[in-house]
Amino acid sequence: MIASIPRPPVDWLAISPWLALLAAAGVCLLVAVLVPERTRKAVAASVTAGGFVAAFVFAALLYDRSGTGQGVVADAVRRDRLAALAAIIIAGAGLVAVTVSWSERHRGHVAEYYVLLCTAGGGMIFLASANNLMTMFLGLEWFSISLYILCAIDAEKERSLEAGLKYLIVGGFGSAVLLFGSALVYGATKELSFDGIAASISSNDLVHDSLLVTGLAMILVGLGFKVSAAPFHMWTPDVYEGAPTSVTAFMSAATKVAALVLMLRILNTAFAAEAHLWTVAVAVIAVASLAVGNLAALVQKNLKRLLAYSSISHAGFMLIAIAANNALGGRALLYYLMVYAAMSIGAFAVVAARERELGQDVTLDNLAGMGWERPLLGAAMWTFMLGFAGLPPTGGFLGKFYVFSAAYETGWLWLVLVGIAATAVSLYYYLAVIRALYMRPTAELQFAAGGQPPRDLLLQIGVVACVAVTIGSFFGVQPLVDLAQKAVASLPL
Amino acid sequence: MNAHGWITTTLILVPLGGALLIWLIPMPRVWIAPTALLISLFEIAFWIEAVARFDFDKGGLQESSQLTWFTDLGVSYHVGMFEGYTLWLVGLTTVVTAASVAYGVWVGRDRPRAYYGLMLFLTGAIVGVFTAQDLLLFYVFWEAMLIPLYVLIGAWGGPRRLQATITFVVYTMVGSLVMLAAVIVYGLQQGTFSMITGGTSSSDWLFLGFAIAFIVKAPIFPFHGWLPDAYRESPAEVSAVLSGVVSKVAAFGFLRICFSLFPVGVHDFRTPLLVLAAIGLVYGSLLAFRAPDIRGVIAYSSMAQMGLITLGLFATNDLGVDGAVLQMVNHGLISAILFLLAGGIERRAATGQFDRLGGFARGRPALATMLMATGVIALAVPGSTAFAGEFAILAGVFQQGWGYAVVGAIAIVLAAMYVLRMISAVLHEKAGPAVSEAALDLRHAELAIVVPLLALLLFLSAWPAAISDRATSAGAAAGYAQAEEAAK
Repeated sequence: MIASIPRPPVDWLAISPWLALLAAAGVCLLVAVLVPERTRKAVAASVTAGGFVAAFVFAALLYDRSGTGQGVVADAVRRDRLAALAAIIIAGAGLVAVTVSWSERHRGHVAEYYVLLCTAGGGMIFLASANNLMTMFLGLEWFSISLYILCAIDAEKERSLEAGLKYLIVGGFGSAVLLFGSALVYGATKELSFDGIAASISSNDLVHDSLLVTGLAMILVGLGFKVSAAPFHMWTPDVYEGAPTSVTAFMSAATKVAALVLMLRILNTAFAAEAHLWTVAVAVIAVASLAVGNLAALVQKNLKRLLAYSSISHAGFMLIAIAANNALGGRALLYYLMVYAAMSIGAFAVVAARERELGQDVTLDNLAGMGWERPLLGAAMWTFMLGFAGLPPTGGFLGKFYVFSAAYETGWLWLVLVGIAATAVSLYYYLAVIRALYMRPTAELQFAAGGQPPRDLLLQIGVVACVAVTIGSFFGVQPLVDLAQKAVASLPL
Repeated sequence: MNAHGWITTTLILVPLGGALLIWLIPMPRVWIAPTALLISLFEIAFWIEAVARFDFDKGGLQESSQLTWFTDLGVSYHVGMFEGYTLWLVGLTTVVTAASVAYGVWVGRDRPRAYYGLMLFLTGAIVGVFTAQDLLLFYVFWEAMLIPLYVLIGAWGGPRRLQATITFVVYTMVGSLVMLAAVIVYGLQQGTFSMITGGTSSSDWLFLGFAIAFIVKAPIFPFHGWLPDAYRESPAEVSAVLSGVVSKVAAFGFLRICFSLFPVGVHDFRTPLLVLAAIGLVYGSLLAFRAPDIRGVIAYSSMAQMGLITLGLFATNDLGVDGAVLQMVNHGLISAILFLLAGGIERRAATGQFDRLGGFARGRPALATMLMATGVIALAVPGSTAFAGEFAILAGVFQQGWGYAVVGAIAIVLAAMYVLRMISAVLHEKAGPAVSEAALDLRHAELAIVVPLLALLLFLSAWPAAISDRATSAGAAAGYAQAEEAAK
């Protein structure tokens, strides 16, 4: 009977990155019940790390062997270099997240934590390669549900539960808007696949169709929730603050990669004909994110909230690259994502280390003196802050440079100036972190009790890797931009 | 890479590599400071080698090397010595930073690993700014200067250092971010960021974008708000670098970038800039005369001198430009000596306030001689190198209007007033409450730091043409003037 159902031919390599992660998730589920508690964490963590490494390797292979993009599995997903590059970044972020998670105090559910990390990573990679409205929604929900649970996994902590619930409700709302928008677009075009939508728009002359435009707007809003762009950012500070820090680290870096890459893809394939509308809309969202993120970050004392607002402002910078709507913008986005993922996950990793050391939330006050006390982590945090602020010698500087260049190439000098102004404002709070690390008077220093640094070699390795990417991307910009250029070549930019 | 240009890259990489060495290689604590000092001395040696290689008659870009950085936007690592003035400013940098590192060793700064690493990093960044031949590279080094300065002031500075760093960073970053926008627009319009192959641009906005950054960094009136706090709260040797070298970066920017790339802007904004420079010159001199402490005098006099140098530059003739370059070196050395001496005085009296100082000359001949000699050169006594520089500047700017020359001449009188006031308040009068009998004269180590700088000043006093005749190749300034004429 089964044989009589027509099956599409399956391109196994194209789907291997997330299959690897799903396999790892499955194994971790078994670990949860079969492996004794004593070794459970070690086994689950290694399996997860293995899953991310496998996804990384498969994605690299996929990048190498997908010179020309094509739809696979009945055109539901796209096999191209853009998806592969996104998968590489996400898998790398996941791997670092495993190192950051190692010393997180899990109250039970250790293996389940790693299961969800795998499935979230898999969902994000899937989303980045989605090629029709169904797979887009599927991917979005797939990683979102994993993240909802991850945020709330510290079930004994009220704040963690609150974060999970908040994220669930707001995220669910965002998904519903996205789904509604997809339905409207389908209603207008009778097509699900991105290419089909584009073809239908041009053949049926739907450019000014109100149903289609409304659908596009709603899809943008739904994705806006996921990239935490203003004005859809309300959940971000609370969730970032309440979720376990290792989860925040992964979420802040990888979610942006998946959602922004998908945004770039759907806008430039399905809605290329509507570029006159969405470039303006994305630019407006970008400006709003820059304004909200930077101004709100100025008054934050809690470091996780500060970084949450900073991530909103960085969503703004990356949206500028999408709004530029040119190949330079695509390159700028992907380059920025590589650097941003490293900086973001690294910064949260340092926060996680400090939090575990102090046993309380990290604020600008109890960060005082950390730079002298923990030289490695302090110098790393310094590097990340310089990178966020866009100062050389970090990739953050060149990322901004590329983004601004892309905007200027489109002729949007005003957007460049807004970005410059936002950068100037952001300096204040990024430098406030450095000030806390190094410059407080001795009387205000709050050295951690105990004196001995907690031995957390894995986290330090992860942080050093992030520093290496942050600084290395400045010097080795050419190979990274080449990667990005080939990836963007998959899109009709 | 062009094999002939290794010396420029070496001059950048030696201090940067030294910084990495100190940060990353574990070594006993006592070795750190001597290592840093040794590296700064090596840097001077490499600079002397660069002077030997440089052909002053030829001018133009020499000792250059180029390496592609990223191609799609046409950015490359391109460094070299453009005209003689670059060479002299790099020399000033190596000498002043070496003296500052030596002073840090003498004072025994705590947290040596971070401290000396940052000092060397700063040196490398400044040399990079002077030698960069690509606008983006220039911007990178320009910003890279800010990072070590921020931490050096913020972590080792005086009690009000946090306010000082915030004002300093906000002022300079706003200036430099505007410059970044100008860099991007210029680079994308020209299709390259190279200062050598990129053509001139007639946009006034681009000129202003760069000029703002330079005006703030110099600083030129009315953008000097960051100056008094930053110069007062920094460690003395960091103030020496700030006032001696970092302010020169701004004047260098006018000369290297604005004159070569934006002749129309230079033409359109010459008068406002000359007027601002003249105001800054007089206003800074008056503030220096009113300042209640040593560092205040040096800080505001530094602002006044930057006004004078800007006058010379915007004269846009050989006389003015060469005089300005000579005066940049003079003032760099003078303010470095003065800040280091001020640091020494503050260590002895625990204050720099004039009302608590006085009578330092009695029983302390070395200190008195050093301060007196430097002060006399600073007030441009005839026969000193500062006199030569100021004379050339005034003669040059006279061609733009006699009024500027008159203002400059008045300012020289004011300079005599504030320098003599400082000398008498510190050295003469009766011993102030903060000056104890036990306060020592300059130690041998301090003399070993200050005397070479003073010797350089005396050498230049004997032979100012060593720099002024070798600052620009023949007719370079005339070339700028012609470009302006053509652009009109």
